[in-house]
Amino acid sequence: MTMDVTDLAAVRTDHVRHIATTLRDVRGPLLPILHAVQEDLGHVDPADVPVIADVLNLSVAEVHGVVTFYRDFRRAPAGRTTVRICQAEACRSVGAEALGEHAKHRTGVGFGETTSDGAITLDEVFCLGNCALAPAVQVDDRLHGRVSPARFDALLGEAR
Amino acid sequence: MSASTVRVFVPRDAAARSVGADEVAERIAAAAATTGRAVEVVRTGSRGMLWLEPLVEVETPAGRVGYGPIEPEDVDGLVAAGLLDGGPGGLGLVEDLPWMRRQQRLTFARVGIVDPRSADDFEAHGGNAGLRAALTMEPSAVVEEVVGSGLRGRGGAGFPTGIKWRTVLGAAADIKFVCCNADEGDSGTFADRMLIEGDPFTLIEGMTIAAHAVGATEGYVYLRSEYPDAVETLTAAIETARARGWLGERILGSDLTFDLHVRVGAGAYICGEETSMLESLEGKRGTVRAKPPIPALEGLFGRPTVVNNVLSLATVPTIMANGGAAYAAYGMGRSLGTNVFQLGGNIARGGIVETAFGITLGELVEDLGGGAASGRPVRAVQVGGPLGAYLPAAQFDLPMDYESFAAAGAMVGHGGIVVFDDTVDMSAMARFAFSFCAEESCGKCTPCRVGAVRGVETIDRIRAGEDRAGNLVLLDDLCELMTDGSLCAMGGLTPLPVRSAVRHFGEDFGIPATSTAATTTEGTA
Repeated sequence: MTMDVTDLAAVRTDHVRHIATTLRDVRGPLLPILHAVQEDLGHVDPADVPVIADVLNLSVAEVHGVVTFYRDFRRAPAGRTTVRICQAEACRSVGAEALGEHAKHRTGVGFGETTSDGAITLDEVFCLGNCALAPAVQVDDRLHGRVSPARFDALLGEAR
Repeated sequence: MSASTVRVFVPRDAAARSVGADEVAERIAAAAATTGRAVEVVRTGSRGMLWLEPLVEVETPAGRVGYGPIEPEDVDGLVAAGLLDGGPGGLGLVEDLPWMRRQQRLTFARVGIVDPRSADDFEAHGGNAGLRAALTMEPSAVVEEVVGSGLRGRGGAGFPTGIKWRTVLGAAADIKFVCCNADEGDSGTFADRMLIEGDPFTLIEGMTIAAHAVGATEGYVYLRSEYPDAVETLTAAIETARARGWLGERILGSDLTFDLHVRVGAGAYICGEETSMLESLEGKRGTVRAKPPIPALEGLFGRPTVVNNVLSLATVPTIMANGGAAYAAYGMGRSLGTNVFQLGGNIARGGIVETAFGITLGELVEDLGGGAASGRPVRAVQVGGPLGAYLPAAQFDLPMDYESFAAAGAMVGHGGIVVFDDTVDMSAMARFAFSFCAEESCGKCTPCRVGAVRGVETIDRIRAGEDRAGNLVLLDDLCELMTDGSLCAMGGLTPLPVRSAVRHFGEDFGIPATSTAATTTEGTA
């Protein structure tokens, strides 16, 4: 079965409108809506912004401003697995910078980029709260501690 | 559960899971099944001895016997050797370990002991005693009890919690809020996360007491997205609390109505600043508000709002259960009670140390922490997160209290201590302080937004040996401007790690050791 692009866009718009309408009445609904859109649809597309703005009776500029302020909200799809490497002080004290370079070399992409096969999005993060078992890495929602370059390679192997 | 059922405790804390606690728990359940004995594996929070994770504990008549760190492949052998009866291969009774005996656990009393998902376990270990006591008292009496405890904000600013509550209680409004700042973004801090993952009902209890004390009906916990385990645990605990009548209408049969919601952050460090957090809760960009008005009078949606850190709120139940005076008996000077210190970075024994204020930095880093994990000498520690000062080992006799640290040009902050060994390049760390500020600045005020970028450039010139003397003067001038001119602590305190690095580790900036004092000015406290 094939579906043309306009149909897909319409399905997405309906979904975003449904999320926004469902959450509209909680206090300060915009962040919960953006999280829900990203959870369900993988990212917050620029085309979602006017839909959300319409439901909340905000300007497109206001919603755009919020989407772009927060690092979490992606405006394009991520890879199938997101790997984030802590680059904050505690992890730096035990080699997080070198681990970050190793990760870039292994994946062939920089922080904030996705591998060409769509498997891995690599990113940096500032503190995962695992400072006594540093360096810390998060693979999707799963935290890993004392990650050596060898252990990173093993995690990457599991992710692929 | 029959009397012969063996209870084995394995943490579900994210840090413990990060080094294999789930796999260990599975292997224990499987190994126990082969012995034919009735075994219950209870998933708890972590005791905070993170170098021992995964730390398994077995209930015995004498107490809980610990085993750790355990690899999944160790499990079968340990069970065969008698782990289920507290047999050989262990650490002895966990409560008797030197690390535990040095502590006074009030805020963290139940963390690592109870099942964080069990409301029954919480109550069986003294949970809700503080709330029950508070509900028999007038709101103003609760506020004065907290004032009398000497409790100061554990998020870093150290403002007296009770005084803040008094302001909110005295404000008239159609609705008031209690907001918990759980946006624990400082590197080297993880106590908020561990409290929420290990004993979430205590935070709910503390926020409910705050609601009663100030007349609030709605509460929000602003929890960072980097902590998915904590989000899940707290969300589940709130649902359980509602079902038990601990949240909602007529709480514990009283006239109190209060409900609580989790709001997840979105990866912005600045939202740990209280006014940015309020903006974010309102669904806006997390930019800082000018103060006044203070949030206690015009906070969330312009209404009077209590904004407290996780640890401040989670300490209130013990204060109400045992009295403010009992809490104030701990500590020194104007830093009363206990603080939850966190040892991280390059440290042999990292984790949670809850103890009375006044313990020295050296006792924490050397005696409890065991020095650097690398086995090399400790050269520097950063206390209080990315906006805290770097201190040399020569200052290890400094007592951990708000005033002593301020006098030394440093700050206790949220109690996080990050250790670096002698391989650290302090000019690189000073550069990182500026680049982090540049990355995370909300952009509202110029000293922070532009100053951070100029700071990176200036340090790069110093590191490259380009007009060092001139650029050091420029750096100091920039630091002074950011300190005096920034709207909040992000720009205002970024100079603290930078200046302290230059002052104490001038050789890393190309300053001859003898001229360090002359080239740099005193701290910013």
